[in-house]
Amino acid sequence: MNDLDLLRLITLQDSTTRTVLLGTGTLGLVSGVVGAFAMLRRRGLVADAVAHAALPGICVAFLIVGSRQFGSLLLGALVFGALAAWAITLIRGATRVKEDAAIGIVIGAFFGLGIAMSGVIQRSPGGNKAGLDGFIFGKAASMVRDDALLIAGVCAGVLLIVVLLYKELKLLCFDEDFGASQGWPTLRLDLLLMLLVCVCTVAGLPAVGVVLMVALLIIPPAAARLWTNRLGPMVLLSGLIGGASGLAGTAMSAVLPAPGTRGWPTGPLIVLCAACVFVVSLLLGKARGVIPGWLGRRRIERTA
Amino acid sequence: MSHAMVDAATTPVGARIAIELHDVCVAYDRKPVLWDVDASLPAGQLIAIVGPNGGGKSTLLKSILGLVRIASGSISVFGKPVRDVRRLIGYVPQRESVDWDFPVNVADVVLMGRYGRLGWLRRPGREDRRIAAECLDMVGMTSFASRQIGQLSGGQQQRVFLARALAQESTLYLMDEPFAGVDAATEAAMVEVLRTLRNAGKTVIVVHHDLQSVQAYFDHVLLLNQRQIAAGPVREVFTSSNLQKTYGGRLTLMDEAAQALRLSDQPHGRPR
Repeated sequence: MNDLDLLRLITLQDSTTRTVLLGTGTLGLVSGVVGAFAMLRRRGLVADAVAHAALPGICVAFLIVGSRQFGSLLLGALVFGALAAWAITLIRGATRVKEDAAIGIVIGAFFGLGIAMSGVIQRSPGGNKAGLDGFIFGKAASMVRDDALLIAGVCAGVLLIVVLLYKELKLLCFDEDFGASQGWPTLRLDLLLMLLVCVCTVAGLPAVGVVLMVALLIIPPAAARLWTNRLGPMVLLSGLIGGASGLAGTAMSAVLPAPGTRGWPTGPLIVLCAACVFVVSLLLGKARGVIPGWLGRRRIERTA
Repeated sequence: MSHAMVDAATTPVGARIAIELHDVCVAYDRKPVLWDVDASLPAGQLIAIVGPNGGGKSTLLKSILGLVRIASGSISVFGKPVRDVRRLIGYVPQRESVDWDFPVNVADVVLMGRYGRLGWLRRPGREDRRIAAECLDMVGMTSFASRQIGQLSGGQQQRVFLARALAQESTLYLMDEPFAGVDAATEAAMVEVLRTLRNAGKTVIVVHHDLQSVQAYFDHVLLLNQRQIAAGPVREVFTSSNLQKTYGGRLTLMDEAAQALRLSDQPHGRPR
């Protein structure tokens, strides 16, 4: 990396970087927005299970289609992700197994299946199979223009739904019974929210990967909550933090010096950026940060 | 849902029965929680549902609202299935049913009472905000409008829930332990609000746990311990023998019941 490369990156002259930035930026933004509702409804770990369950879905789709066609792999991931979410609900509802245990069971079973299948597929002869394991940790750099456009399109659709149904989602997350008493179909709204989480998660797999995707759904809203006590600003801020992390992580992966030619992996850098924002928010967050809280207590003690 | 909301906008004229319960049974996990509840709850009165913990009081409210599926029997509200009259019903859920850490302020929560009337996609407008502010004023919480709800005391939280139900501008109100965690002064103020509603011809049904105040607050009572023990005007039904049947054998509660009856002897005469 020299100054000329840096200049090209900042001025967005490099089309590859532009593509990846479009993908990771919109992904971060929408994950932050949807993640805010998922976190408030305590569905963060369900999102984790959905992400892990996507891996066998990708493998099955690959076996059926026989190639790394992006759209069909994502469809496979979505089907298996939804299956995992349904399995958790079923286990919890039909037995006395608690939700955390149900999530653990589902993550383990689906991810185990995924690892086993991808291992066998990698070792089998022939075919264009390279890069299936890229979904485990994500491989944003290999994103092509069509991939990024697909991600951006899907994210725009998800964002539109959230904007239109903001009031309904707010009511669902805060007081489901009261919502149902007014006649809102809370079960269907809940399923819709889960579907949005699934779609978001699956859209993020190529860039961030199965293992870290949940971080992009949970860290931005957790950080945003520390700054505000109202839902609207929190959702907005969460989206901004997610989007900024996506952009910053991608830029860092292109700019940071690394041995060899591969450079730093993008997905983990995105998550680390979000985590840094969280740490700063934890300390400085206006509504619930450690330092403002401490100052407030001290002021009261002084006057008392 | 939009259907029900548009259709049932008007108050049923001259309806004398608010809720008709007919052989209602509810079971959770194959265990019955409500058994053969059969009562007519009159319109335009303050009605208490009284009984021990686990006696199915909340479950009865939730099955009237259609939040809990009934195993058998039927429930009608103003002579219609509940899904057709949702706009006529205001609801105060138990305080513990929500996360008070949620990022909303008092005004946001009260405004949620308007959501049912708005229907899909529409945002609350100026008129909705005005009504919400009025309701907040009725419960004396105007100065807390921009507080995050977690920063309120238990009694203030109950008043916010009451204001949200008022903002629904309903004909029938179902309230699940609205006085839980409320101090005496607040309770008195809340009861005043309930009386105002009743005097305006609304029906208010309250799950209540304090036996001592039943006679002072309510016109009608339903005694419930999984089975319906008795239902009727407080003067006729709220007797020591019925209370014994309701709380059967629980000594401390029996004492409380006896004390309640003794206290009530002075201002109200002996209940029969």
